[in-house]
Amino acid sequence: MAQVDLTSLESPAKLEEFYRQMVFIRHFEERCNVAYRQGLIGGYMHTYIGMEATGVGFHHAIKVGWDYVITAYRDHPQPLLMGSDPVAVMAEIMGRKGGLSKGKGGSMHIYDKERNFFGGWGIVGGHTALGGGLAFAAKYRGEDRVTLCYLGDGAANAGVFFETLNMAGLWDLPCIFIIENNEFAMGTRLEYHAADTELWKRGLPFGIESERIDGMDVLQVAADARRIVDKVRKEGKPYLVEVMNYRFVGHGAADNDRQLYRTKEEEEQAMRRDPIALLEKILLDRNVMTREKMEAIEAETEARVDEIYEKAKASPFPDPHEVYDDLYTDLGPERGH
Amino acid sequence: MIETTFRDAIHRCIDEEMERNPDVFVIGEDIGRYEGTFKVTKGLWPKYGEKRVVDTPIVEPGFTGIAIGAAMTGLRPIVEMMTMSFSILALDQIINHAAKIHYMTGGQVSVPMVVRGPGGAAKQLSAQHSHSLEGWYAHVPGLKVVAPATVQDAYGMLKTAVWDDNPVIFTENPGLYTLKGTIPDDKDFTVPFGKAQILREGSDLSLVGYSRMTQVNLAVAEKLAEKGLSAEVVDVRSLLPLDTETIYASVRKTHRAVVVYEDWRSGGFGAEIAARIGEDCFDDLDSPVLRVGGLNVPMPYARVLELECIPDVDDVLATIERKLG
Ligand SMILES: Cc1ncc(C[n+]2csc(CCOP(=O)(O)OP(=O)(O)O)c2C)c(N)n1
Ligand SMILES: [Mg+2]
Repeated sequence: MAQVDLTSLESPAKLEEFYRQMVFIRHFEERCNVAYRQGLIGGYMHTYIGMEATGVGFHHAIKVGWDYVITAYRDHPQPLLMGSDPVAVMAEIMGRKGGLSKGKGGSMHIYDKERNFFGGWGIVGGHTALGGGLAFAAKYRGEDRVTLCYLGDGAANAGVFFETLNMAGLWDLPCIFIIENNEFAMGTRLEYHAADTELWKRGLPFGIESERIDGMDVLQVAADARRIVDKVRKEGKPYLVEVMNYRFVGHGAADNDRQLYRTKEEEEQAMRRDPIALLEKILLDRNVMTREKMEAIEAETEARVDEIYEKAKASPFPDPHEVYDDLYTDLGPERGH
Repeated sequence: MIETTFRDAIHRCIDEEMERNPDVFVIGEDIGRYEGTFKVTKGLWPKYGEKRVVDTPIVEPGFTGIAIGAAMTGLRPIVEMMTMSFSILALDQIINHAAKIHYMTGGQVSVPMVVRGPGGAAKQLSAQHSHSLEGWYAHVPGLKVVAPATVQDAYGMLKTAVWDDNPVIFTENPGLYTLKGTIPDDKDFTVPFGKAQILREGSDLSLVGYSRMTQVNLAVAEKLAEKGLSAEVVDVRSLLPLDTETIYASVRKTHRAVVVYEDWRSGGFGAEIAARIGEDCFDDLDSPVLRVGGLNVPMPYARVLELECIPDVDDVLATIERKLG
């Protein structure tokens, strides 16, 4: 196949947007890590550092607000991309009243119903069935909504995921299962958790069109994602895509010894394909953006993230009595101990 | 008034609500072409087609999750569990997902879903098909759990369940399916959750139960009356939310309570009811709160052994005699 110049597919404005979004996610996540170390974020928190190109590439293929998006606990970037108030995202991560879930969800449970972002789930593999259900609803209503259902390589072994693939294939559910293969399920390398490490094949037994793509080059992801999303929207059938990416940091903020499961050398090797650096090189080589402009965007983004962080930090913690709120739509739980 | 059975009342309710609103659909194993294991959904598939009567593969976690996902967008799935025993496979979806969604999203996303099916012993279905799980579910904040004992309540409470915006566990004791009764000729009839009812008034002791055990309690009250004892029968019918006021009012009147439930006696929901009566009505009680529950063994197959496990009129009478004299 002839080499397509992917930069030519995207307008300069689009290319700048890719860049800005990836840099924003990177800084946002790094800020989260700092806040975590300072004790301002608790619990389990997982960042998207190194994986930005996947989320950004797919984001540009969907109709935001119309299509459904669901993911696991590594869920900070989606709402940020979809236009949720970043202060409300950060406030949720910090357990504040001003968070999207009023401080009840935390880092792993971020939702923005208004934008059709459906979270934000902590049971590995569990949400894939819900993703199937979102697609089921779209089909039931005869709408041309597409569902993006992200999951990890570890989640790709879950029984409920296979059950969902079967039903998606059986009932033609317009769901795109995006396996983000970052080579690790927590501290367990792909080779130690999957009998067949070619995870893209998971869709084949169910008659689901499936493929593997590179997740580090945002232009490639965006092109592939557009092709896949358009196809699913048109044909109303499921699709499975294994996206090869890598997380540059620990599994979660609490993972501070990556040498237990991978070497520094392999990390360095992977980081040579840092999605942000890759895009910078393309932008420079093709004269789309100057180094000065990039530095300006960096500085601007850093300032913006600082501002988001400060605003989120200014949001109060929930009042203790709010503990009873929102359990049901119409009644409170029994009170007291 | 319409003469019907417990089974047909449930069927009628589903049919009427599907007719009323296209957002309502049923999903589960063998509910369409095969008409349902207990025939509750018979006739729906020819009428509504496979889009709204969804025959699934045998994957309780998977299809329950699909239903939850659909409900998150505002559809109103009625999930049939072939038996509630099989819903154990879907506990992760029901408890870790459905029950927590409204809370975890800060009220953004609700799950208007009903999970219904036969819960409890049928006849010789033995260890893996005879579970009473309502106590497990009633343990979980975020779920609503109901267990009707009468034909009218089966009809009216399922209507409420379908239109409730929260996940509802609706348990049908298989021993009740052929129970006869009447329902109002009114498609808008509903029975609210969180309201217990007094099915028989009495002054000497309160028999507290739900689902089929309420029918057992009615028979017990009859027997006690022959002996000159006046028993009040409290039908709890809604476990979560629980109407403690009606239960307490009865106990404050009779000063004695016996709680009867089919689930394993240890740690079952009857234990919760007994504990609450003990906590809140201590000064009104003339004797300890008694419990009659299922025997703490897996349900055996042989009919004599099975009957040994399920509380019946004689078991309740014997307990009353032994403990209250
Ligand atoms: C059912 C379940 N088991 C175990 C865990 C603990 N856990 C959280 S994340 C994780 C690894 C998942 O890896 P993967 O699916 O590859 O996603 P990634 O973190 O790489 O994005 C594990 C074991 C969990 N949250 N849920
Ligand atoms: Mg992984």
